[in-house]
Amino acid sequence: MYNSPYLRQNTSVRRVMGTVLVAMLPAIAVQVWLFGPALIAQLAIASLTALACEAAMLGLRGRPVAPALTDLSALVTAWLIAVCLPPLLPWWATMLGTAFALIIGKHLYGGLGQNPFNPAMLAYALLIVSFPALMSQWPGLQATDAATQFGWVFGGERMVDGITGATPLDALRTGLLTGGDATSVMQSPAFGHVAGAGWEWVALAWAAGGLLLLALRIITWHIPVAFIGAMALVSAIGWLIAPAQFASPAFHLLAGGTLMGAFFIATDPVSGATTPRGKLIFAAGIALIAWLIRAFGAYPDGIAFAVLLMNICVPLIDLKTQPPVFGHKKGDAP
Amino acid sequence: MNADDRALYGDITRKGLWENNTALVQLLGLCPLLAVSTSFVNAVSLSLATVLVMALSGGTVAALRTLIPHEIRIPVFILIIAALVTCLDLAFNAWLHDLYLVLGIFIPLIVTNCIVLARVEAFAAKNSPLAAAWDGAAMGIGLLWVLALLGSVRELVGAGTLFGGIDMVIPGAHALQVFGEHYRGLLIAILPPGAFIFLGLLVAARNAWVTRAQARATHPPAAAVSA
Repeated sequence: MYNSPYLRQNTSVRRVMGTVLVAMLPAIAVQVWLFGPALIAQLAIASLTALACEAAMLGLRGRPVAPALTDLSALVTAWLIAVCLPPLLPWWATMLGTAFALIIGKHLYGGLGQNPFNPAMLAYALLIVSFPALMSQWPGLQATDAATQFGWVFGGERMVDGITGATPLDALRTGLLTGGDATSVMQSPAFGHVAGAGWEWVALAWAAGGLLLLALRIITWHIPVAFIGAMALVSAIGWLIAPAQFASPAFHLLAGGTLMGAFFIATDPVSGATTPRGKLIFAAGIALIAWLIRAFGAYPDGIAFAVLLMNICVPLIDLKTQPPVFGHKKGDAP
Repeated sequence: MNADDRALYGDITRKGLWENNTALVQLLGLCPLLAVSTSFVNAVSLSLATVLVMALSGGTVAALRTLIPHEIRIPVFILIIAALVTCLDLAFNAWLHDLYLVLGIFIPLIVTNCIVLARVEAFAAKNSPLAAAWDGAAMGIGLLWVLALLGSVRELVGAGTLFGGIDMVIPGAHALQVFGEHYRGLLIAILPPGAFIFLGLLVAARNAWVTRAQARATHPPAAAVSA
């Protein structure tokens, strides 16, 4: 007796994860080019920490260490954490976040495939809740030399505020809080063409990597399309109603973590929804919550919290959107 | 005290402190557990108050158990507990006023702490006053040591201090700066998620301990047999 599927694709965890790592390279390259080489140090710190924690936890749990270490899943988590964090974050904070993601976010729930929350977003949430000041210091475009940047990452005390600045989302929030309106705040050169000088190019590089994942069928279209569509829709509604208070849809799509979240974070196959309709609901929910946090919340970017909140809803979404088994009508007992 | 009594009181003590620990096994009364375990002093103060209420309410209800009509026992229990808590609330306000301001609403909320009512209903309503008071105290102390541990860990990780606010209880005493003055503090440990994370880790540690002890009990000298 043979059961479908008859045709199988030779897809392994390692191949999927390796492809994701390759797809992240354009955005990493653009960010290093625009904001300096500190990101490379962050990638190295996060990768080493992730591999060490993965090996330690697998050893403690009595599982084979080598296959899980070489499946590259820990590296994907580590890289996603590193690219979310401000590149000049001190080394211990990156280590702390990565260790938290791997140990508490992943292995305490049962390891790869069992974690209900996106580990990278857990790390980000832990750090932004615990160290809000450190987490808002992004290097400016006038990139300092490599030695200074590495000194910040590995050095002890942090010296001046001169070479760091707020992200465009942060600057917009501050501008609005101090009585400006969105249109005039965004006239400042820091906002670049659409969504922040430099930032828009990083965002487009994320989209390019995401399209590669789509073309190779590592991810399906549902989550990116629903995410971007919902973000465009809710931000357009806000912008049309009160353009002085809310930024334009173009800004919201290209600022902060929107495109990275749409293609690389929300598409996590473990912590995200799995049914086609479920993916649409899941991604649209993230976009809606993220926009609400950006527009009304206390944190500049809300992608991480939005993803974690929607992660909680995934079991319910999957349960309610299960497609009927082939041959059954909707409503039939399966 | 004869042998039966000793066995009974030993059993009550063991269950209260470890086997049926309110915080780690029954997971009851978590509202104060999570809300006030931000520091050692807060945690221990509130749980001492809870121990007192549990012991007194257990003894009182057990003494009155033949007089309380079965159908309306819950409201009567609540009234007894509420009366005791009110006395305690006034005492805190009078003698430990600074601490009273910190603990605030959580002292009156001991009335609604389900572990108090649970022990009264499950134990005190069926046993002698002394045993019931002993049970309340044992269950309360079970809560106390977990809260003390949780409070210390959260304070240590979140603020780098130990016994912060001790001067509210012992005038002139000082908090310990464990990690020095430059410790930044992992803020999340003091925020509500920290309570859930550290409690989860404590429950996991207890479960691991119990599983290991059971495994040893069922296969005693595994190493010796294989050798």
